[in-house]
Amino acid sequence: MHILDEKAKKAKDKKAALGMDIDLNAYDSKATPHPYMEDLKVLTEEEKKRLIMAGVDADEKGRSGTYIQKDSAVIHSHAKQEGLEVIPIKKALEKYDWVHEYYWKLASVDTDKYTARARLDLHDGYVIRALPGSRVVYPVQACLYLEKHGMSQNVHNIIIAEEDSELHIITGCATAPHLKDGLHIGVSEFYVKKNASLSFTMIHNWAENMLVRPRSVGRVEEGGLFLNNYICMKPVKSLQMYPTTYLVGKGAVARFYSLVVGSKGSEVDVGGRIFLQEPETRAEIVARAITNGADVVARGDLVGEQPGVKAHLECRGLILNGGSIHAIPELQGKVDGVEMSHEAAVGKIAQEEILYLMSRGLSEDEATATIVRGFLSVDIPGLPPELKTQIDKAVEQSDKDMM
Amino acid sequence: MLYVEDLQVKLGDKEILRHIDLEIGTGETHILFGPNGSGKTSLLMTIMGYPQYRITGGKIMFKGEDITHMPINERARLGIGMSYQRPPTIDGVKTRQMVEICASDEVDIDALAREVNFSEFLERDINAGFSGGEIKRSELLQLMSQKADLLLFDEPESGVDLENISLIGNTISRLLQRDFKISPEKSQKERHRERTRMGLIITHTGFILDYITADKGQVLYDGVLTCTSNPREIFNCISRVGYEECVKCTF
Repeated sequence: MHILDEKAKKAKDKKAALGMDIDLNAYDSKATPHPYMEDLKVLTEEEKKRLIMAGVDADEKGRSGTYIQKDSAVIHSHAKQEGLEVIPIKKALEKYDWVHEYYWKLASVDTDKYTARARLDLHDGYVIRALPGSRVVYPVQACLYLEKHGMSQNVHNIIIAEEDSELHIITGCATAPHLKDGLHIGVSEFYVKKNASLSFTMIHNWAENMLVRPRSVGRVEEGGLFLNNYICMKPVKSLQMYPTTYLVGKGAVARFYSLVVGSKGSEVDVGGRIFLQEPETRAEIVARAITNGADVVARGDLVGEQPGVKAHLECRGLILNGGSIHAIPELQGKVDGVEMSHEAAVGKIAQEEILYLMSRGLSEDEATATIVRGFLSVDIPGLPPELKTQIDKAVEQSDKDMM
Repeated sequence: MLYVEDLQVKLGDKEILRHIDLEIGTGETHILFGPNGSGKTSLLMTIMGYPQYRITGGKIMFKGEDITHMPINERARLGIGMSYQRPPTIDGVKTRQMVEICASDEVDIDALAREVNFSEFLERDINAGFSGGEIKRSELLQLMSQKADLLLFDEPESGVDLENISLIGNTISRLLQRDFKISPEKSQKERHRERTRMGLIITHTGFILDYITADKGQVLYDGVLTCTSNPREIFNCISRVGYEECVKCTF
C-alpha cells in the first residue's frame, strides 16, 4: 500500500480544525457515471443557465479551455489553445509521470477526514497547466457540477503556471436545480513558478443543504503572482475553507479577495493564510462579507518570516438582516523589519448613506441595494475584463436575491 | 414657491427651530446667515426631509403641495435638491453613478463634469478622500444633473481654495438662473421674470455674495428667524459687529 494511502486511512475519522463536523458515512462516494460530451451544445437550456451562473459559458465564448465534471464523471475536458493543457486528473496520473511531482506535494492527505477521503476515494478533478512562456489570456473555465442527491463528490485539482506563463481560470461549483443535499470535497494544489502569473476565480453556487469542504494549498516562486478570488453569494448549509499559500521566492506576490453573502441558516467559515517566506514578498487579503441571517466567520492570517516583506489584510462585514459576522484578522511578524497591517470593521449600513441617496431620488430599498452593490464591488487589479464582468454579474444576481 | 409656516422642529429632545416663517417666491434666491449652532443646517435638512429632524408644529408647502411629512426621496423628485457640507463616503459607489442616480432625465454626464472641472473624479468612489473643494464640485455636479427647482446650499464656499471659488460661485449663479447675459431677444427684466429656480444659501464668509445676486437675506439666531433684509446690508453688519446686533432683534 502506498504510504500516503496508509496515512489517509489513519486520518479518515480525523475531525477538521474548523467548521461543523460532518458524518461522512451519510454521504455516498459511489461513482455515478455520466456520458462524455464532445459538444457542449447538447446541454439543456436549464443546465446551461446553471452553468452560466457558475461562470461557465457552454458556447466557450472568450474562453481558452473547458473542464466539466458531473458528480464523479468528467463529461468534457479540452484546451482550445496551444501552450495550455486541461486534463482530467485520473487520466493525467495514468499517462504522465510529471503529474506525480505535484500530486499531494502541497496538501497533506492527513489534514483531516476530508483530505483523507479525497485521497482514498478520488472521483476525478482537473489538471490545468500553462506551459513555460505561454500566455493564456482568455480564462479557462472549470465546473464541478453535482446532480446526485446525497452524494459526496471527491475532487482533486492541480493548477500549474510554468515559468513566465500567464494563466487565468474561472471555476464554478454548482448544483442541479432539484438537488438539495450533498457534500463537496475539493483538494486543490496551485503551483506558480518563476515570474508566472495565475489568477484563479472561484464562483460558488450551492444548494441550501450542501456541505462544502475545499482544501487548497498554493506555492509561489520568485517573481510570481497568485491572485485568488472567491465569490459565494448563494445559500449553503456549511462551507468551511482556509486556503494557504506559501511565497517561497524573492518578490513573490499573493492576493486573496473574497466576497461572501451568507443567507439564513448558512454557516460560512472562510479565510486565507499566506506565509511570506522570502524577501520582498507581498501579500494582501481583502474580504467583504454580508450576512442575511447566516453565521459568517471571516478569517485571515498573514505570516511574515523575512525582513522587508509587506502584507495587508482588510476585512469588512455588513450585517444586513440578522445573523452574525466574526472577523478574525491575524498578523504574525516573526523577524525585525516586516511591514504588516490589518483593518477590520463589522457594522450595518449607515443611515446617513441611505438618506444621502434618498435625497437624490432613490427609494429606501433602491438606496440599500446601491450601497450593498458598492460594498461588494471591490476593484481587483490584474483581472481580465471577462472575469470582472463575471464577478459583477454574480454580485448583481445576489443583489436581486437579497432585495 | 416654498412656503414655511410656524415651523417647529426638534432634534432628539432639543428644540432647534422655533416658529419659523419663510417664503421663497418662484425665481427668488435667499441667503441664510447665522452664528454656529443657530440652526441653519437644521433648517435646510428639515426642508430636504431628514427624518431625525422631527417636525412638532407648523407646515412646509412646496409648489402648492403640503410636504411637511413627505419622505425625502419624494421631495427630491418633486424638485428639491441639496448641496451638503460633509456628505458621506459610499464605498464602491462611483461619482458617475451618483450623477446618474440624480438625473431626472437624459444627461450628458461627461459634459456636465467638464463644466465643474471634475471629469477625473467620475470613476472614483463618491466623496472618498475628496478635499473640501472637490466635495463642493461633486455636489454641484449632482445638482446640475438633478435639475431641481429649489436648491439648498450648505456653505458652498467653505474649504474651497481661491482658484475654485469663482468656478463654484459662477456655477451656482448659473444654476439659479442668475448669470448675467445680454440677449438680443430678451430684456433683463424679462430674463428676471422668467426665473423659476429658487435658492437658499447658507454662508459664513459671505464670499459667495461676490458671485451671486440674491433677493433677500435671512438671519437665523438661536432657532429663530430674526430678520429679513437686503443680504449685503446684513453681511455688512455682521462683518463689523458679528451677531451681537441680532440679539437685539431676537429678544
